[in-house]
Amino acid sequence: MKHASLFAGAVAAGAFALPAFAQTEISWWHAMTGANAEVVQKIADDFNASQSDYKVVPAFKGTYPETLNAGIAAFRAGQAPDIIQVFDVGTGVMMAAEGAVKPVAEVLQDAGMTFDKSQYLPGIVAYYSKPDGTMLSFPYNSSSPITYINKDIFEKAGLDPNTPPKTWNEVWDMAKTIKASGAAPCGYTSTWLTWIHLENFAAWNDAAYATQENGLAPGGVPELQINAPLYVNHFQAMADLAKDGTFKYGGRTSEAKQIFLAGECGIMTESSGGLGDIVKSGMNYGIGQLPYDSDAPGAPQNTIPGGASLWVMGGKSDETYKGIAAFFSYISQTDVQEYLHQTSGYLPVTMAAYEATKASGFYDQNPGRETPITQMMGKAPTANSKGVRLINLPQIRDIENEEFEKMLAGDQSAQEALDNAVSRGNAAIKEAMGQ
Amino acid sequence: MNRATFPHRVLPWLLIAPQLLISLVFFYWPAVQALWQSTLREDAFGLKTTFVGLANFRKVLADPAYLNAIQVTVVFSILTAFFSMAVALFLAVQAEKVVRGKGFYRTVLIWPYAVAPAIAGMLWLFMFNPSFGSLAWPLKQMGIDWDPLLNGKQAMGLVIAAASWKQISYNFLFFVAGLQAIPKSLIEAAAIDGAGSRRRFWTIVFPLLAPTSFFLLVVNGVYALFDTFGIIHAVTGGGPGKATETLVYKVYNDGFVNLQLGSSAAQSVILMAIVIGLTAFQFRFIERRVHYG
Repeated sequence: MKHASLFAGAVAAGAFALPAFAQTEISWWHAMTGANAEVVQKIADDFNASQSDYKVVPAFKGTYPETLNAGIAAFRAGQAPDIIQVFDVGTGVMMAAEGAVKPVAEVLQDAGMTFDKSQYLPGIVAYYSKPDGTMLSFPYNSSSPITYINKDIFEKAGLDPNTPPKTWNEVWDMAKTIKASGAAPCGYTSTWLTWIHLENFAAWNDAAYATQENGLAPGGVPELQINAPLYVNHFQAMADLAKDGTFKYGGRTSEAKQIFLAGECGIMTESSGGLGDIVKSGMNYGIGQLPYDSDAPGAPQNTIPGGASLWVMGGKSDETYKGIAAFFSYISQTDVQEYLHQTSGYLPVTMAAYEATKASGFYDQNPGRETPITQMMGKAPTANSKGVRLINLPQIRDIENEEFEKMLAGDQSAQEALDNAVSRGNAAIKEAMGQ
Repeated sequence: MNRATFPHRVLPWLLIAPQLLISLVFFYWPAVQALWQSTLREDAFGLKTTFVGLANFRKVLADPAYLNAIQVTVVFSILTAFFSMAVALFLAVQAEKVVRGKGFYRTVLIWPYAVAPAIAGMLWLFMFNPSFGSLAWPLKQMGIDWDPLLNGKQAMGLVIAAASWKQISYNFLFFVAGLQAIPKSLIEAAAIDGAGSRRRFWTIVFPLLAPTSFFLLVVNGVYALFDTFGIIHAVTGGGPGKATETLVYKVYNDGFVNLQLGSSAAQSVILMAIVIGLTAFQFRFIERRVHYG
């Protein structure tokens, strides 16, 4: 199974057809820092060393939004890169830009490679595909939200450190116990409220986030559904817990991780990509899957990926596209995927890499590392759990965050906050779609 | 007043050409671009463009979020300009009184100006972080429910403090220079006439500092409107809610996060008009009352 490429034959054929001196450069703009940036460099170097026709040149372009903006500005100036890494929220923006991008499935097919969907993890590929199943971008780094617990705080509070909460009601109860026992000043905190408590909450509990299959189905303007009773009850419970500090708000992105790392809270929901920092802190931690709502009939369904994918820009030469196809087939190889998964903590993209990692005993040595994969793969995705695809998702998240902040400050109830988010969000979606 | 005259016709144009060129390339060109963009509706990639006339402006001005941003900007700018100038004036007057080590005090007080806005923002963010901030702890001990993440007024206080702190050094420098230009004999004469130090300050020093204060008012106004973006971006990101979203921050947010280029351009055109109007107003009406001595 080692070195097994999904398109190995086709790549080999392509590689020998070209003269060696005409090396084509392929630019790759990315937003990875620290250890993840080293992974990017190593993958590019290894690919360049493995053949002589193409040279992938990675360039760091700042944070995720900065990289996306740099790509957009470059495209407008006619200087777009060949490959650009775009974060999950930017997916809708890229998908709406038909003509600016070239679907990955097309890139692979044009280069004479067969694209076999069944080789990839279904939850991840569905998120980056058109409703008809055409893969639009290459899932490079995917993560999934999970539950982290501080075992020392659990013991102090008289809770079993080996049973992390499974449902949200258990989270609220355990958080109250932690706070009441004085084991920690706060019971529960969470990063990324919009991603975890709305987008993933919807998928995991098989509830609609928006009409039109959360914006995935073509035609029509999607309308937000996040003021349904399931969401209102969930957020009212959180708002109630926020009143006495049992739930502590950290900020709109991953700031809450600092609160958890400081030992202030006993439970946290965060991206699986945040594991590195928790491990590094030396905390006595435990991992559980994302809690689900016990009132939801279909729960738990499946979670949806965060992270980023690689988009191919349009209007490049055939030679460049061939090189990109070769590069994507290279990073699909099992050993490359295994390296990516085990070093960076992001999820593997192919089934083969997942199986190989499992067989190597990695998950036995690192319990919890499999949780984000199993919860994403558990069931075949439904209309509610393929992902959220709004053309202006970053803006929608901003609106939702603003309303949550007013709610958590005690200025409005959960019903009011979610009603406002829906009406403001729907207006923004209409506006963005030019209606 | 003497008018400087050049014998040549071409020479003056040649001499100002570099400045003109820079203004054209870096001010007029982008300004015209913004004006043009503000009349368009366009997707992020510029694939589909439609001319919509003044529709963007109509939408912006009818948007309650925009009216909120105006209110936030007015409060933020007035308080930031006031605190940075008041504290700087106080420090400058006190530094004048120092007999030994005057140079040392002045140098130390100028240092914060060298700190980049984003870094200044991060410093204040860390000091006042409700979880681990070294200055948030005493606030909590005093019984203050310190949580700028959710409390809009506290967040506003924090960005005003950070923005003022950053500008105090600059103002201090000008006030020190202004104070040195005031003839000592005037102050001594007033002292002999029996005026106390407070009275000497308000009747002699403060009016004579008027040109400096006026200049700083213009500079600080522009600073609070435009240069504080980095601080707000680092400290609050415009939140909580929209409590610290100023006009400039909204231009950035709508343009670069929400990718609504037309609306963002319309907002920057409005902002441009506001600044031109404000500066003209200041020179037309306030400058008349300034005594240049």
